[in-house]
Amino acid sequence: MRIAVLESPLDLGPVVGAVVGIDRGGLVTFTGLVRRKGRIPDVVRLEYEAYRTMAEKVLEQIADEIEREIGGARVAIHHRVGSLAVGEAAVVVAAAAPHRAEAFTACRAAIDRLKQRAPIWKKEIGESGAAWIEDCC
Amino acid sequence: MRVTILYFANLRERRGAASDLLDLPPGGDVAMALATIAKLHPGIAAQLPHAQVAVNLALVAATTPLSDGDELALIPPVSGGAS
Repeated sequence: MRIAVLESPLDLGPVVGAVVGIDRGGLVTFTGLVRRKGRIPDVVRLEYEAYRTMAEKVLEQIADEIEREIGGARVAIHHRVGSLAVGEAAVVVAAAAPHRAEAFTACRAAIDRLKQRAPIWKKEIGESGAAWIEDCC
Repeated sequence: MRVTILYFANLRERRGAASDLLDLPPGGDVAMALATIAKLHPGIAAQLPHAQVAVNLALVAATTPLSDGDELALIPPVSGGAS
């Protein structure tokens, strides 16, 4: 499965499996993990909420456009939703391409565009309070 | 005509519901839907200008006409994230 929005814990295996191939000699993965220090200093967990149908469509569009821009590249993205503890993976991205330079470029482009465009929101739940993370930084 | 309004994240919490059904006169557009929502739910009126609007899963402009059965989602700013 190249694109997924999942409530279960993420694993790199499926996204890697969706992009590798005999003509692609470079494979780059990115894993986004829940951090202890967010906008609030003592994050205990994050709650991710998605507009699921649109998020899946936007992630498909992002993967498609990167594959068009970078010849021979394949991109897979899985995003978690629900309640995540510090240290858990919120997103995994895999990009494979004929050579390493294109694979790094494709992976970076996928996570950057996801952060800007996917209708997925996170709420930090900390010991001292809770906050939706909006705007961006 | 009747359209479904979807709320997410901060907007959903402030509205106290994930969705509403909204009746609009024929020929209504996104701007009319937003004005109606602001009137019905003043508690989220200040946030509405910061939200993007998607109709049937695609981002649209305020002048986009609506049709009976459309799904209009209010998209608050996404988390972005430091690179």
